Amino acid sequence: MSLLVAEHVSHAFGSTKALTDSHLSVEAGEVVALMGANGAGKSTLVKILSGVIRPDAGRVTLNGKPYAPESPADAATRGVVTVHQSTDVVGIPGLTVADALLLQHYVEKRSPFFLSRASVRRQARRVLDEAGFHLPLDRDFAELGAADRQMVAIARALSNKAELLILDEPTASLSMQEASRLYDIVRGLKARGIAVLYISHRTADLAALADRVVILRGGRNVGAFSRPVDFDAAIETMIGRPLSAARPKKRERFGRPVIELRGARLFPDSAPFDLVVREGEVVAVTGVLGAGKSRLLSSLFGLKRLADGEVLLDGKPYAPKNPEEAIAAGVVLAGEDRHRSSLIPAGWPGETIAATISLPHLPRWYPSGFMFSGRERREGNLAINRLGIKALDALASVWSLSGGNQQKVVIARWEAEPSRALLLDEPFQGVDVGARQDIIAAIRAHADRATLIATSDSEEAHEVADRVIEIDHHSLIDKAHGGENGQQEESI
Amino acid sequence: MSPVTENAHGETPRHTDVVKDVVRRGAVFILLALLVVGFSWTQPAFANINNLMSILQAVSVVAIIGTGVTVTLAIGGFDLSVGAVAASAVMAASYAMIVLGLNAYQTVPVVLAFGALVGLVNAFLIVRLQVPDLLATLSMMFLLMGLQLIPTAGRSISVGLILPDGSTASGSYDPMFLMIGRSSLFGLVPLAVVLMLLTAVTLYILTERTRLGRLLYATGGNELATRLAGANTARIKTFAYVLSGVLAALGGVIVAARVGRGDVSSGASLLMDSVAASLIGFAVLGLRRPNVLGTVIGAVFVGVLLNGLTMLNAPYYTQDFIKGAVLVGALALTYGVSRAKS
Repeated sequence: MSLLVAEHVSHAFGSTKALTDSHLSVEAGEVVALMGANGAGKSTLVKILSGVIRPDAGRVTLNGKPYAPESPADAATRGVVTVHQSTDVVGIPGLTVADALLLQHYVEKRSPFFLSRASVRRQARRVLDEAGFHLPLDRDFAELGAADRQMVAIARALSNKAELLILDEPTASLSMQEASRLYDIVRGLKARGIAVLYISHRTADLAALADRVVILRGGRNVGAFSRPVDFDAAIETMIGRPLSAARPKKRERFGRPVIELRGARLFPDSAPFDLVVREGEVVAVTGVLGAGKSRLLSSLFGLKRLADGEVLLDGKPYAPKNPEEAIAAGVVLAGEDRHRSSLIPAGWPGETIAATISLPHLPRWYPSGFMFSGRERREGNLAINRLGIKALDALASVWSLSGGNQQKVVIARWEAEPSRALLLDEPFQGVDVGARQDIIAAIRAHADRATLIATSDSEEAHEVADRVIEIDHHSLIDKAHGGENGQQEESI
Repeated sequence: MSPVTENAHGETPRHTDVVKDVVRRGAVFILLALLVVGFSWTQPAFANINNLMSILQAVSVVAIIGTGVTVTLAIGGFDLSVGAVAASAVMAASYAMIVLGLNAYQTVPVVLAFGALVGLVNAFLIVRLQVPDLLATLSMMFLLMGLQLIPTAGRSISVGLILPDGSTASGSYDPMFLMIGRSSLFGLVPLAVVLMLLTAVTLYILTERTRLGRLLYATGGNELATRLAGANTARIKTFAYVLSGVLAALGGVIVAARVGRGDVSSGASLLMDSVAASLIGFAVLGLRRPNVLGTVIGAVFVGVLLNGLTMLNAPYYTQDFIKGAVLVGALALTYGVSRAKS
């Protein structure tokens, strides 16, 4: 008997059918991956299973009994626990990891009224042991990395006697190394007979874990693949069109050098390295979290200083003191985590697509200081057409868009005016395969600028870049002799 | 990943939603109209043009200071020192004329510069030293409340003031200065109301229709993103606090010119009233954010309500309660009614 069976499930938001006659079954100890582009209905299905919303039609059973959770808490007590992509809300900065593990105990009055440090630690230790994890109990939750936070969330789920764990984009903010730790954890859960419903855009995740892949498109089941999964076929099913050559043709002829680093050190004690990025060239830097990718981009954008070395921009010395100077010199950056680094919150002036694009260009577009001309709207609509952003008008809120389309808007911001060098930090975070193709095409379309991309996903790096360089311990690893002229292909 | 993905497009608003939306956006205006009609009906004297002008005059100071608070709210900060700045400005103006013997043309710039200086200090604390805005401006409020007492040894300032050293101050109020608070344009529109309208229009255009305004809100919405887009957020925040200080000082100038003396306790309620006006403004047009138009409407709303109730013989001591009730209602409207969407 299947652990969870959902049949004929439908749900609509207003007149938009988010899910139509959808079905899903999960066995105990099985890892089922749910795939679909943004808007395919994945999150609606997850919300139904986790008790956030109720389906309009259909029935769901858990262990053969009808299952219709009233709330996420209700779902959790029945053994269905969801771990969300954003793990910031798992614990509270200022409180310890132990407190984060026991949060639910506090709320549900399972803890005694008076807490001693020792009893908290003892209880927290029990929760961790149950999950088989090792975490520093006395550390401030705020100091934990994304992977550790995820472990806290999973440990908490397990202490709740979870039978089905729903992981929503768990690796979106993890480095490769952290992701492989998560893989081990998921395999451990599977061995214990816990079912996992795994939602991810990353085929690497699914290849490593999934027993079965269920694909949604436009709110309907469009296919299912069993192990061994043919991921090319799965992705084609998911996006509903043939996959254009996943890897671009590596080009070899580029223009003049735009960015040149000589003897650069990110930190005083790290090894020096050279780097040249030429006009029209797309270079990707990959490495684990903390290897120095973001640091490299930050120092080119005036947010950090190089400890040592020389930077040339178009052959002239370049040392920006802040982003203002970098942008004025033609070096622009789209930071990682677009919500934090690029977007204005919903409901606040500047949340529209047009305003998101215009923010750095206001002085040029509105030289008088008054914003009466509507130029940003025109530029926004141009961008919508050029990048295929799914929006009716540039005055729509950027928050009405899916992750992939939001990222297109961020890219459009830096394409609205010519630049010399485009720096992109993790540009494919939370971006589905379809949108990723569009973004890659947009990035590669410019022959007049240099592009430097930081990503922890080497597969992504090879999809977008002419040249992929690894970074480790804050220094570029010069595999091909001769550095920037070598082609570095590595098998993945 | 985003919860709105599935219902982003193509949703046709239902009839009830339209009604709800109109109520949400227009609630303050509808209530204001009802108040005016109601008061005019029960008290015909209410609708007298002179009474309406006196309402506007009464709220002008709160509205001007409130627009300054609004700008600090827009950058994601908060200026709690505005009441103290206004009160100090009253004392400073009186001191400048009565003790230092300055005329109106010297006094007004000096007082406004004083407001700008306080704004700069606030900005220094908040932007440079990274003191949280509430704490920085709260301490500044304390400091100013004390500071204003020192030059006169705690006495109020009026003509013939006896100074701490025993001598008598020789200056007097410049009649030109008093005109700011007491004269009217065409014998109808008080100068203070004209100043309020000028401030309101200027700041409305500044915040809603200019590049700088966009950057002010952008800083308040996501400071990191604004900085990464190349804006100098430190300068933008400094501007907001300086503007807030200047507007508070302008409010103080109007109070001093109306009262004609430097009263130690003047401006006691200005902070609460102007903050309340800004917060009531969140509900205007259902914007749920600080906005200049809303602040001015908020101030007028409270003024109309208090004036009308006073005409209906509501005792003066109920005034604070009424203001509080309006604020609570406005915030409930702002945050409560429209939540159904999500």
